[in-house]
Amino acid sequence: MSPAVRRVWGLVYRHLTLYRRSWPRIAEIAYWPTLQLLIWGFTAQFFSHAHGSPAAMAGGALIAGVLLWEITLRGQLGVTITFLEDIWSRNLGHVFVSPLRPAELVISLLTVSFFRTMVGLLPAVVIAYLLYAYNILALGPVLFFFFVNLMFMGWWVALLIVSLLFRYGAGAESLAWTIAFGITPFACVFYPLSALPVWLQPVALVLPPEHIFAGMRAALFTHQTAWSELAMAALLNVLWMGLAAAVFAGQFRAARVRGALISIGE
Amino acid sequence: MNAITVKNLTKHYAGTLAVDDITFDVAQGAVVGLLGGNGAGKTTTISMLLGLLVPTAGTLMVLGHDMAKDRFAALARMNFSSPYIALPQKLSVIENLRVYGHLYNVPRLSRRIEELAEQFNLTGLLRRLAGELSAGQKTRVALAKSLINRPDLLLLDEPTASLDPDTGDFVRTALETYRRETGASILLASHNMAEVERLCDDVLMMKQGKIVDRGTPDNLIARYGRDDLEQVFLDIARAGAEAGV
Repeated sequence: MSPAVRRVWGLVYRHLTLYRRSWPRIAEIAYWPTLQLLIWGFTAQFFSHAHGSPAAMAGGALIAGVLLWEITLRGQLGVTITFLEDIWSRNLGHVFVSPLRPAELVISLLTVSFFRTMVGLLPAVVIAYLLYAYNILALGPVLFFFFVNLMFMGWWVALLIVSLLFRYGAGAESLAWTIAFGITPFACVFYPLSALPVWLQPVALVLPPEHIFAGMRAALFTHQTAWSELAMAALLNVLWMGLAAAVFAGQFRAARVRGALISIGE
Repeated sequence: MNAITVKNLTKHYAGTLAVDDITFDVAQGAVVGLLGGNGAGKTTTISMLLGLLVPTAGTLMVLGHDMAKDRFAALARMNFSSPYIALPQKLSVIENLRVYGHLYNVPRLSRRIEELAEQFNLTGLLRRLAGELSAGQKTRVALAKSLINRPDLLLLDEPTASLDPDTGDFVRTALETYRRETGASILLASHNMAEVERLCDDVLMMKQGKIVDRGTPDNLIARYGRDDLEQVFLDIARAGAEAGV
């Protein structure tokens, strides 16, 4: 194992060990996706029973939207909560004076986030199948592209939030729970772009999820893969990730100048 | 080659001049004490040596590496302990040592942990959660963590603060043993003057961000005409106050 991989593993091991010992933490990871699915799943089922086939299709899109959007939300929370765990345990000082590079810190956070997201989503996927006879895997191989794009979006949002934590300290931790949820109205998860007011549509268009969920609806309703939408989502994700990485690097440097790495937990 | 070479180091932050143009060396294998009252600039100096804080001016060479350009090469060969920075409380002692063993790329990690557990009487505590330990036990674990990579340079910020005399003596003996066996250098910030007299070859006295005096403990005591280092510390700390500074 190279020294860099071993350093990344050191931090991943620290968090996996924490989860292994704490069932409330594991339960919390799965709680919200499951709750969201139950609320929207029963809503979708009610409409499909009441209004027949078109409503059933819309219901399917609703459930798929809930499950897929949770990838972004859980991916983002996975990074920020993992970072906050080290702030809460007053351990970051030891981490920052170790040879762990900032990029390795980020890779560790993303790795833990991936595991958290999988653990969080699995019960919801199973419940969707058992309660609503909805199989998200029936979307086919295109699901992989949805997953990667949505996870990527959760990660760059998280990097921006961690940058704010460097800037404002643990006092900004409430942003970890609010920012990604705040994007939801513009993400066009449950409705098409045309449902937004014209003046808001440019906001949605520069965010990857509008394109991803347009692709999802195309896959569900027409069984077509909207490659152009997926390509646009991927391009936007790369641009946003570049911006987020630059902001993260800038705020990390600024924190070392201001002394914020020493007082980040205050 | 010195373990630490600091030249004209200055740090302005949070609206204050925390470190004001200090210059000093720590020779290879030396134990140097960094003394001063609260707010004298000790922690800021140590933070810059650890790469946590970027100096406003001046240069820092640690173990032959320029901290402005190559800090990770130095960080791999040094370590740090402070009672004010915790280890994850929900991880057991052995898990904490594994985490830091991986971060410092320690070869034959299990063997190293066994050695440290034996040296610091931690064998019976390895499976206990760090959060369940007494203050003295936590200090021993923190010290074991700080030696996990066999550092060539150890930075310690009040390593025996709030410890009973027995545990404090245990820590000091462990540091003396480590230094004797490895030839490592140690920079020690402490308010315990007896500890500094016992451990340190050289002492830097800081006040208001400046190094106001330096010398061996015996030399400082003799020059100030005092009986011990605590009286010297008080003379220096109160000199400005009496002059209305």
